[in-house]
Amino acid sequence: MDKIKINDEFFDIMPPEYQELVEEATYGKEDRGWKDVGVAKELIEEHSLCAGCPESIAFRYVLACLPNPQDTVMVGSTGCTSLVFPHVAIHNIHSLFGNQNAVASGLKRTLALRFPDKVKDVVVLAGDGATVDIGLDMTLQSWFRQEKFTTICFDNELYANTGGQESGLMQKGFVGKMAPAGKKFDKVPLPEIARDSGCHYVAMMTVSKPNRVEKAIRNAILVAREIGPTYIQLYTPCILEIGKQMMEGLQEMRDSEGPGKRFEFKEYISDEAKVFLDEVDAERKAKKKALRAARA
Amino acid sequence: MDTKSLVGTYNKKGQKIVEPEYMLFEAPRTQEFMTGSEVVKEGIRRASVDVSIAYPITPQSEAAALVGELYVEGYVGEYFRGENEFAVMSECAGASFGGARVFTTTSGPGTLRAYENFPMWAGSRLPILINVMVRGVNSPLSIQPDTLEMGMILETGMLIWHAETAQEFLDFLLAGFIVAEEPDVHIPIAVCIDGFFVSHTKDMVMLPPADITLTPYDPYRSPVPCMDMEVPPIRMMRDPFVMKSNYISYATHASWQQEVRAACERSRKHTIRLIGGLIEEERTDADILIVSSGTAVAQGREAVRLLADEGIRVGIVKIKTIRPFPHEELRQATKNAKLIFVPEFNVAGWMAREIKAILPDNERVIAGPHVCGGMTMPPEVIVKEIKKVLAGRKEAVHG
Ligand SMILES: Cc1ncc(C[n+]2csc(CCOP(=O)(O)OP(=O)(O)O)c2C)c(N)n1
Ligand code: SF4
Repeated sequence: MDKIKINDEFFDIMPPEYQELVEEATYGKEDRGWKDVGVAKELIEEHSLCAGCPESIAFRYVLACLPNPQDTVMVGSTGCTSLVFPHVAIHNIHSLFGNQNAVASGLKRTLALRFPDKVKDVVVLAGDGATVDIGLDMTLQSWFRQEKFTTICFDNELYANTGGQESGLMQKGFVGKMAPAGKKFDKVPLPEIARDSGCHYVAMMTVSKPNRVEKAIRNAILVAREIGPTYIQLYTPCILEIGKQMMEGLQEMRDSEGPGKRFEFKEYISDEAKVFLDEVDAERKAKKKALRAARA
Repeated sequence: MDTKSLVGTYNKKGQKIVEPEYMLFEAPRTQEFMTGSEVVKEGIRRASVDVSIAYPITPQSEAAALVGELYVEGYVGEYFRGENEFAVMSECAGASFGGARVFTTTSGPGTLRAYENFPMWAGSRLPILINVMVRGVNSPLSIQPDTLEMGMILETGMLIWHAETAQEFLDFLLAGFIVAEEPDVHIPIAVCIDGFFVSHTKDMVMLPPADITLTPYDPYRSPVPCMDMEVPPIRMMRDPFVMKSNYISYATHASWQQEVRAACERSRKHTIRLIGGLIEEERTDADILIVSSGTAVAQGREAVRLLADEGIRVGIVKIKTIRPFPHEELRQATKNAKLIFVPEFNVAGWMAREIKAILPDNERVIAGPHVCGGMTMPPEVIVKEIKKVLAGRKEAVHG
């Protein structure tokens, strides 16, 4: 892959962030993953979320695990995540609140039309209000239409950006702003709905285990590229609104992912996707083996 | 890609790519008798459109469906029915962000359901062409033409053109893409027609040949980056202005709003080149003028004939572009007028307000007559309004 270059004469007047992006970027690096978070800061460096907000680490994992960042475009929505996107060094679109899957549909189809011989991944990343409430019809319809992109929902179980209002993914009984007597209905079962609506890979988890997040992100993006829509729901608690300290986010996630808990790990893979993922795995293993043999 | 270099080459449908000037002024034309909806199909066939997304609503359904036929025939790269108008306009946005030439069409309640997208399109500098076939938007339900919805698009930052006839509609569609996509403009454009009167009636239209097409859109002439990861990205900012400081937020937002509006004004030179002036004048030396847009102008012309029979001389100014609004042109065209009548197909009289806002001695402007909810505008109603006002001001104005 061609690395991005700066004209020599302009190098020293370019902002340091840009020089760094050019010199250090992991674009094109095969097997990027969450372990690059500590060293490769080119995709996201700073963020403007609350200190300790689990969305910040979730964001880093997602960006570090994109298989093809040099040809990935992300679509966001209004919410806490829209404060992070301006820091993200891949093309990303913030248009309105809730229409992210519609924007991504148009975008993905255009990129497929314009670049028939190139892989262009589209990844949607939005809050639960955007995904499940105001944007639910567009989320579902993009799945019904078998749009080839990945939808990631940062589920913090409420509308954080506007100060903690009730969301469809909020747990039943939780007293939130605009749910003054406690939320009346169950958490919307979006992973099950996603499976029944045509998603070929669905996963729900917290972001407490980076290996697991990495695998899910890669699977979801590769399946979306080759087969059809995929969905990942990540618990990223809003520590501010549930009254936790900045160091308590990780524990909150761990406490919510045990057997029978709200965020017990779930994964659905369609038969078609299973065959494909097995092939990808076999290929990767063979490559590794060949590499090891060559070194020996 | 330099689209100029494509001129003279052929697309995959075998259409020869031509300069817009050739398409609009030089290509031989043949006469066809067709509806406004069919005009959409023939316009889009010759416009190198990449993506079109549709949702049905009367009276635009047929036009949106005909574009689907073009897709099957291979003239349009991508086409589908979205889930509702808000989603359709969002899908159009995504397609345009990705570097496509995008067309869609809507009407009345559909326009309003889609509305949140329009200022977002403009603010994002997406040169989407939307055809608005106007119809009533209020309750009780009406599917008849009413330009109230145009009045609601005025401040979105979009270009707004209003065609009077099927012929003008065709030419506006073709020119609209080119003007909207100029790098110094690069904002969305609404090409409006009066529903049914233009969409559903047959009219003589001079069509350029079907084997030529406009130069395709070049996303890399955009003044903002195309969202395709083909140009190097960067972490855009350390502090999203929306949260950081009221002053930065204000400064960013205000300058961007001004830039979008300035882009709209900058479209003038391209518009004049491709569709003539922003207005058309007939007998503007008369003391009495009818000033309006769309089919209200056609009805105004009938009224002028009826009044001439009675010895009352009336001139006409037709406004073709609502945004940018032809301030200076209108001031010039109306400088001799003692009375200016603004017939409108809506109850609000937004066009009269626009005119009043920019003319000196604006007590000359009579806001009316109005018809709403789909009545045709009988020329007799215009005649009656003019005579009523004249009777009250006999001394001042001599017809
Ligand atoms: C049409 C519209 N309605 C309401 C809002 C206000 N709004 C902004 S962010 C937000 C909630 C976001 O919640 P969620 O999607 O869960 O994301 P979070 O902030 O929790 O990450 C709302 C209601 C808006 N921007 N647009
Ligand atoms: S409000 Fe909640 S979700 Fe948003 S940044 Fe703060 S802690 Fe995170």
